[in-house]
Amino acid sequence: MLRYIAKRLVFAIPTLFAVSIIAFAIIQLPPGDYLTTLMADWAAQGGAVEAGTLAAMRERYGLDQPMYVQYYKWIAGIILHGDFGISFELGKPVTELIWSRLGFSLLLSLLTLCFVWAVAIPIGILSAVRQYSIQDYFATFLAFFFLAVPDFLMALSAMYLMSAWFGQSVGGLFSPEYADAAWSFGRLVDFAKHVWLPVIVIGLGSLAALVRIMRANLLDELSKPYVTTARAKGMSEFELLMRYPVRLALNPLISTLGWILPAVISGEIIVSVVMSLPTTGPLLLRALLAQDMYLAGSLILLISVLTIIGTLISDLLLALTDPRIRLQ
Amino acid sequence: MTSDTILKVEDLRTYFKTRTGVFKAVDGVSFELKRGKTLCVVGESGSGKSVTARSILQIVDKPGRIEGGSIVLTRQDGSTVDLARLDPRGKQIREVRGREIAMIFQEPMSSLSPVHRIGEQIGEALRIHFGMPKKQRRERVLELLKQVEIPRPEQAIDRYTFEFSGGMRQRVMIAMALACNPSVLIADEPTTALDVTTQAEILDLIKKLQQSHGMAVIFITHDMGVVAEIADEVLVMYRGHVKEHGSVEDVFHAPKDDYTKRLIGSVVRLENKADIRLTRAPIPADAAPLLQVSNMSLTFPSGLKAVNDISLSVRPGETLGIVGESGSGKTTMGRCLLRIYDPEAGNINYLRPDGSIIDLRTASTSQLREIRREVRMIFQDPVGSLSPRKTVAQIIAEPLKLAGMRGKELDERVAELMEQVGLEPAWRERYPHAFSGGQRQRIGIARAIAVKPRLIVADEATSALDVSLRSQILDLMMKLQDELGLSYIFISHDMSVIRYMCDRVAVMYRGQIVEAGNTDQVVNNPAHDYTRALLSAIPHPDPRDRRLHHRVRYVANPVSANG
Repeated sequence: MLRYIAKRLVFAIPTLFAVSIIAFAIIQLPPGDYLTTLMADWAAQGGAVEAGTLAAMRERYGLDQPMYVQYYKWIAGIILHGDFGISFELGKPVTELIWSRLGFSLLLSLLTLCFVWAVAIPIGILSAVRQYSIQDYFATFLAFFFLAVPDFLMALSAMYLMSAWFGQSVGGLFSPEYADAAWSFGRLVDFAKHVWLPVIVIGLGSLAALVRIMRANLLDELSKPYVTTARAKGMSEFELLMRYPVRLALNPLISTLGWILPAVISGEIIVSVVMSLPTTGPLLLRALLAQDMYLAGSLILLISVLTIIGTLISDLLLALTDPRIRLQ
Repeated sequence: MTSDTILKVEDLRTYFKTRTGVFKAVDGVSFELKRGKTLCVVGESGSGKSVTARSILQIVDKPGRIEGGSIVLTRQDGSTVDLARLDPRGKQIREVRGREIAMIFQEPMSSLSPVHRIGEQIGEALRIHFGMPKKQRRERVLELLKQVEIPRPEQAIDRYTFEFSGGMRQRVMIAMALACNPSVLIADEPTTALDVTTQAEILDLIKKLQQSHGMAVIFITHDMGVVAEIADEVLVMYRGHVKEHGSVEDVFHAPKDDYTKRLIGSVVRLENKADIRLTRAPIPADAAPLLQVSNMSLTFPSGLKAVNDISLSVRPGETLGIVGESGSGKTTMGRCLLRIYDPEAGNINYLRPDGSIIDLRTASTSQLREIRREVRMIFQDPVGSLSPRKTVAQIIAEPLKLAGMRGKELDERVAELMEQVGLEPAWRERYPHAFSGGQRQRIGIARAIAVKPRLIVADEATSALDVSLRSQILDLMMKLQDELGLSYIFISHDMSVIRYMCDRVAVMYRGQIVEAGNTDQVVNNPAHDYTRALLSAIPHPDPRDRRLHHRVRYVANPVSANG
């Protein structure tokens, strides 16, 4: 078991390295750099920049150096000093800007995951046990419907519905009076009042996928001979269902955590922009538009790292729940 | 005496309603089971014997349903209950399951959960029926594990199924069934997936436990040899009907029904050498060998010497049998010959049609590609080795297409091959699932002979088949051998199959060949104790001469096994 964990950890290192390179490369992909964007802005405002100033700024930001040197400086800063560089646009260290937002991103993703699992498993079980019943067809129809609707559309519709029909304030994770307040019981209640809508919006797509997976897994397991064996022991049908086929059908579901998590996180970015949540989503979008490379790069890197950690956790959970993986 | 009867089944009818109509899996079956006796239900696959057994506990898979008849269980205290009338999900039938009537199944791997410890699975019935607390349960499970002779029960109890061999898993199943001291044990083909030697041990164990517990046993099997060894009464089933019912003595020595006679005949046939081989001229002993393997070895990364210094030869037109129990390295050895595994030492000298000799062990990839047309393989599992998404014609045509055949010529060759193996060419557009096990194996054979090979390695080609089909497939293989001048390497754990078809045989044990020679000589006059043990584990189809109980066991002497 320890060897398995160690192996998984070692495998994560090259992945992390590759992810950091890709994150850095992606933010360099659009033509030009931050200064080009800046100049375009100034030009739009009627100002003009002398070539000398531009060159000086380019040197100051290190943008005149070859790409691998820039990458090395960036990554060395992160590893050696925990320094993610500075945001050009906001003129502040990246670290200062992202931690609180990253926290909300993580919290939102975790809540969504819990929601998705808690709802998907029972529906999947029902759908499989009553295969081809009205309930099954209904769940199947809804699942395909929500799989097909894009996140942002769902966010917009949900916001419209909530404000037009129920007159509730939507958008954000807090009411204005609590937005910048310190944590208190009142703020927590306010948070709970706001957070459920984005959780549902982000989760629905993955939820639908998980329902389908749970249903398929369970249908596979239900016809296995060990189910008959357990039945021949005199076990009641419900206990039998929970103890054997459901228990085994959960294993493949755990491994889906590896791709549900990225889906949730990228869904969260889009939904957060639409619903203006104080998470990393809107910040990332702005950084990308402004070609604020250190800010954007660090956000992409951190989100990817979270995903890799999530995958790692799912691997370990799977090993914990499935002796076939643990012992072979 | 009626008080002797523990289970009385009358006019049982279990039907499966499908889209295409009603399938009568069990249609009017009646029998009685006496206390402490063994009733064997025998028939080919699809005869309804399993469904009969499952109907008793009402655990027939959907959409099967008991449509009529009665299953009366007489309890120890004299009260009776008709199991057929109980609700299959109800409390009453659940109290019978596992407590009064327990069941063991064919596939001990898939019939046990892979993620629960075996102690937990065995003890479960105790919890359900007696509410026994955990600590007591564990003690009882340890006791059960001892009864079924699992070594080191204290460690075994916390293990998972995949850490056990097939025979040990079946013992776990038996322990599970015995947990609540049932008065009836239903065993549904419990030894079909096992080696002959392991089968003999499991049969012994069931017999022993039956005597010590005073259980009645319903034993379901397709193997008349097993029936002769253990049965008191026999029920012969065919397509949902009872063909014959009587004492084992009557059924074997005075069978009334033609079908029963055929079943017995198919086992007795395997007692001797095939007729087609008795009349054939012997293969000249000095013929240049087609394949000459010398000192071949393969060690797995785990350090296991799967193939240990093996030498053998196959002459043109000859069948060489490789026999041994599972884990003896015979399959690995066969795969080395086709370079599916790479042996680390020795030679595999193969005689090309042009007279040149090539060492397959060191042959290049391009040479191997050519040679794999001449040396082909037939696999054990006729279901798993045929793609379910291809028609039969496509499956058989595949090696031909690889060899460059196209169009009309290809179609004609496929039709010809299908005829050759006894399949209607008109079935060419059907998919494998539409064929029975025996027919599927014929498809596998047609595919193997498609490119006119010279040597076929057949790995347990008949093990997954009913006994009655076995001799048919073997006859077919021998007919093709004579027509096409093929050589076979026939790998099997079953001495009777080897005896029926092979010219020479090599006995493998723990990666080594312990004995080799002409089949007649090895079978009639075995030199090695292990060979004797293998031979004595074959069930003998005569209830007057039950041999299994007196069989020879072989315990490896560690010194001689290494030397």
